[in-house]
Amino acid sequence: MTVTEPALATARQPRSFAHPASLALGLLLPVGLALAWELAVRAGLSDGRLVPPPSRIWDTLAELASTGELQRHTLATVLRVAAGFGLGVVAGTLAGAITGYSALMRGLLDPTLQALRAIPSIAWVPLFILWLGIFESSKITLIAVGVFFPVYLGVMGAVLSVDRKIVEVGRVFRLSGPAMVWRILLPAVLPAYVIALRSGLGLGWMFVVAAELLGASEGLGYLLVDGQQLGKPAQIVAAIVVFAVIGKTTDWMLTSAAAPFLRWEDRYGARA
Amino acid sequence: MLSIAHVGKTYDNAVRALDGVSLAVAPGEIVAVVGGSGCGKSTLLRLVSGLDNPSQGTVALDGDTIMSPHEKIGIVFQEPRLLPWLTVAGNVGFGLTSLLKAERRERVARQLDRVGLADKANMWPRELSGGQAQRVALARALVMRPAVLLLDEPFSALDAFTRVDLQDHLLDLWADSKPTLVVVTHDVDEAIVLADRVVVMHPQPGRVFAEIEIDLPRPRDRQSAAYDFAKRRVLAALDRSLNRKITDDRETKSETGAAMWW
Repeated sequence: MTVTEPALATARQPRSFAHPASLALGLLLPVGLALAWELAVRAGLSDGRLVPPPSRIWDTLAELASTGELQRHTLATVLRVAAGFGLGVVAGTLAGAITGYSALMRGLLDPTLQALRAIPSIAWVPLFILWLGIFESSKITLIAVGVFFPVYLGVMGAVLSVDRKIVEVGRVFRLSGPAMVWRILLPAVLPAYVIALRSGLGLGWMFVVAAELLGASEGLGYLLVDGQQLGKPAQIVAAIVVFAVIGKTTDWMLTSAAAPFLRWEDRYGARA
Repeated sequence: MLSIAHVGKTYDNAVRALDGVSLAVAPGEIVAVVGGSGCGKSTLLRLVSGLDNPSQGTVALDGDTIMSPHEKIGIVFQEPRLLPWLTVAGNVGFGLTSLLKAERRERVARQLDRVGLADKANMWPRELSGGQAQRVALARALVMRPAVLLLDEPFSALDAFTRVDLQDHLLDLWADSKPTLVVVTHDVDEAIVLADRVVVMHPQPGRVFAEIEIDLPRPRDRQSAAYDFAKRRVLAALDRSLNRKITDDRETKSETGAAMWW
């Protein structure tokens, strides 16, 4: 779950990773450490029991994949994140748009939502389990709650910070309400919205681990607990690696999905 | 005919920006509004544009009371206010949505050509210089073929050379269809180069202090004696408008006014 935080930090400068020199520089430390540890274990300096070398992690992954376990657990986790993320984004976007647009609704809703935000989300777990049972509903709800707040705050902040001067341009051209939203507000908030979605997604991955650690019979979080209980550190690290890979992949998918939307904005200008 | 009748504006914070302003502007006339800071000249323009409504009195164009932005009234702000997510052509065509695509492209291209930016059509606003961006803003307003074009200190953020250049360019564009122009400015030279009539406003609350006809042939020679004379008349009126203020309360003497005199 720690992979999501660097993803956030780079949200404003996604290009830095594209540069081959900086990519190589960034890889130097992790790859170097992994190689050094691999060599140390091979040379007999350590038995690598508690901190397995990369080759053993790779073997564990291959073994889990060959039995279909890896796919099953990954799919379970991905589906939970997808459902929770979808719910959280819809609710967060609606609430953020409404409170951003209307001062009355902001006065009504925002204090309550900010108070709820101050509650550590994991604290909801016992209540969610009582309300929704121990199966999927409570897990998905927890993830949705985690996704909701960054999206809500991001959308509300973005709508509030739309430049009044740009809105006036829309008024001068006598745009109707929907046209104002579609032609001025939406493009104006889009970049901030993508960043809010990426923060939400990062928290979604964080919360799926919490949900699965607290009781699940499948999922990557279950692999973590199982690895701990049966003393299989390689399985724990393998699950962490999978989290890192799909966390980064989904973040990349999100930015890639936003890119054509932004290109469409460009084409919109070009065709006028 | 643009008519401003007994217009007053009091803001929510009880600031009285305008009081009893009346002004009639004939079709095709160019009126410059000058005055010290806080004289309500920008407020007046916002009322005419329909972005704000007067507290008393009415603004009307050909008998239509203006309570919200009007299709015949365009405005150019002090900043270009281009939409950053649209290209130059997209910005110019922003208000032409009712036209067919081909016709819109044609109108935009012609207008961009007219402001000398035909080669910039596909550039982004951020790639333009300040003067170019303000030309795009002019094109965006003019492409709508407004009967009245309002300009709120349109060139004040530009350097002196670009400003003179754009003043001449504005007159050139004006000659195409001769819309009514109302230019708010704090630059007396700008007022005299552009306007048929200079309206001097008196601050706090804003009132019309003097109206000075500038009866000089265009293009106007900024070096001529007649130009100098007109300028002196406007400066004298400005000074008197501010002096009257100074006798009221000396400590709030406007620095803009002082700068104008020296």
